[in-house]
Amino acid sequence: MLGLDKKDYTLLLIVAGLTMLAPFILNPFPEGSGLAQFNAGYPDLMQRFVIFGIFAIGFNILFGLTGYLSFGHAAFLGVGSYAAIWMMKLLTTNVIPAMVMAVIIAGLFALIVGYVSLRRSGIYFSILTLAFAQMSFAMAYSVLTPLTGGETGLQLKIADARILDGALEAGEQARANLFGLNMSSSYEMSVGSWLFTFNTGYYIAALVMLASFYLAIRIFRSPFGLMLRAVKSNQNRLNYTGLNPRPYTLAAFVISGMYAGLAGGLMVAMDTQVGPERMFWTASGEVVLMTILGGAGTLIGPVLGAGLIKYMENILSKINKDILHQWFAFLPDGLEDFIITLVYPFIGKGWHLTLGIIFMMVVIFLPGGLVEGGQRIAKLFKGKDADEDGAQTKPAE
Amino acid sequence: MDAIVLQILNGLDKGSAYALIALGLTLIFGTLGVVNFAHGALFMIGAFCAVTFSRILTWSHTVIDETKKDFLGNPLKVEVPHIYDLFGQATGDAIIDWAVPLSILFSIPVMLFVGYAMERGLIKHFYKRPHADQILVTFGLAIVLQEIIKYYYGANPIPTPAPAVFAGSFDFGALLGFDPNTIIYPYWRLVYFAFAALIIGAVFAFLQFTTFGMVVRAGMADRETVGLLGINIDKRFTIMFGIAAAVAGLAGVMYAPINSPNYHMGMDFLVLSFVVVVVGGMGSLPGAVLAGFLLGILESFASMAIVLDTLPGLNQIIIYLVAIIILLTRPRGLMGRKGVMED
Repeated sequence: MLGLDKKDYTLLLIVAGLTMLAPFILNPFPEGSGLAQFNAGYPDLMQRFVIFGIFAIGFNILFGLTGYLSFGHAAFLGVGSYAAIWMMKLLTTNVIPAMVMAVIIAGLFALIVGYVSLRRSGIYFSILTLAFAQMSFAMAYSVLTPLTGGETGLQLKIADARILDGALEAGEQARANLFGLNMSSSYEMSVGSWLFTFNTGYYIAALVMLASFYLAIRIFRSPFGLMLRAVKSNQNRLNYTGLNPRPYTLAAFVISGMYAGLAGGLMVAMDTQVGPERMFWTASGEVVLMTILGGAGTLIGPVLGAGLIKYMENILSKINKDILHQWFAFLPDGLEDFIITLVYPFIGKGWHLTLGIIFMMVVIFLPGGLVEGGQRIAKLFKGKDADEDGAQTKPAE
Repeated sequence: MDAIVLQILNGLDKGSAYALIALGLTLIFGTLGVVNFAHGALFMIGAFCAVTFSRILTWSHTVIDETKKDFLGNPLKVEVPHIYDLFGQATGDAIIDWAVPLSILFSIPVMLFVGYAMERGLIKHFYKRPHADQILVTFGLAIVLQEIIKYYYGANPIPTPAPAVFAGSFDFGALLGFDPNTIIYPYWRLVYFAFAALIIGAVFAFLQFTTFGMVVRAGMADRETVGLLGINIDKRFTIMFGIAAAVAGLAGVMYAPINSPNYHMGMDFLVLSFVVVVVGGMGSLPGAVLAGFLLGILESFASMAIVLDTLPGLNQIIIYLVAIIILLTRPRGLMGRKGVMED
């Protein structure tokens, strides 16, 4: 079906089902209950799940398949964002041209950066991409201020040209839309004490994510994807068979840059603003974390990783000392304080610490990420003869 | 002319920090073959050694001074550092004033231990894994270390002043025959440069003139053969890791008065230091030092007003630009050897 074998088709269906039903699945706890703060079913966070999912899927096409570790992928995200916001300012607030432009510009930028960086591999490649990204960040921050808005970034303004839309009426605000469908409009459904929010922006982003996920599966299963894996497992052998790996890696780099640009464009479509910090190297580091955490080289891994990190960033960081006291209130006082002192550094503002520790554990014990963890657990239940999942890729060194 | 001298001087202190961190990175890379992304964190821990040490020195207890009254008329409570009780007030004040230089003594054992623990506890298990895994795990470690520091010391920079003697500036202009006050340079930066030169010299001398250093150099050239000669090279490499950590830590200690320590200073320096190492040539110690100073000075030249007028923003990107050009034209870096880290 859709040119996929049965296993991949099931995977796509599962992902589609999960993203479409996300407002329900992510909101399992009733409003007002003590556990309601674990609900992630609000539009802003759900949008981030899928947008960073796209970013990580794209990064995985480069890193997971070819093994080239780029430390500068945020540059493409940023470039895509800037391109998108300029389309919105100059042409129309409809998100389609903005996203198309974001992908094209990010792709062109990736072509230039990739053409230069891919002359080297290993750590040199990482440093080159990092250098390019830091340069873009510094330039967006200082020299290119007329184009990027410098430190304050760019927002939609009332005075923007918007050639296709025409002038706005007084008091009206420019909003990102899809043929008039406002991105921030939501339909709220109340069932008992549960409140579910269905947000237009989220569903558009989710559809884009499904499309990119489908494309990623096709790339993984295509002869092109096999060539990329060949680059990862042994470039020398590829050279000896008379093939030049450069065009393949460059194509992977550009595709992955376009994915990043698409994510950047979607971000702008959701919040209609952009700042240079989106290109800072920590943002590049974040997508590396997501991909590794979920499982590099697997299909679903990067999406899982992106979801986990964004969930931690938004939910774990909200827990404070008072909430902890509520949770452990049933314990005797001394023990309660003791446990809270133990737990406190890992939550709230310290969530990065938890992230760092989990990340280290994953790199040390589970090089295949969460997906490998899941497979190991599944194997325990199924017994030894269970064959490995189709999404799993084994590096053949 | 005076402007050029001034920029060279300005580049020296940043260049010293780059050179010291890059030297440590190269030591680790050359001996253990590990790409250590947590090296910036070691620099940061060094800077916080200075903070901790000055906090220990000013650790005080409260004494009620009956002779003075506070505004309510009660006897005044005075905070007295414990060090006054030990050495008397005058000596105590002098010691507190010299907290940063003194914390060198404190930080060396701490950093050696941190380096040793890191190598034995974590890095050891990653020798056989691909470079990408080493980068990732040390990157994770850097996050963890910096978050721990943030938890205990807070997110704000902590001012850590240099001794009062070094508070002023030195008038280079008068010395070199220019007009007075054209080239002035803070004393502490001069001290930092001298200190960096000393450390770099010491590391090179240690490697060049001691038996231990000779064995380590032999191990860098051919680890297997040295092992076959019955020398426990792993143990020596572990010690070298400790030394590299100490070099980074000392760079951090002395940098504390120049730039108030905060928890992300390591990451800021790390990215640049990696660029420095790659420009200098992976695995080449002189290359790392040379590239450190070179890039530091280039950076300060690029921030001159004349340059910025013609090429705005150059100071922000010069290092990366140079790195890209060098990597593409001289793939082994300035002084890289053949066969090190070639793909």
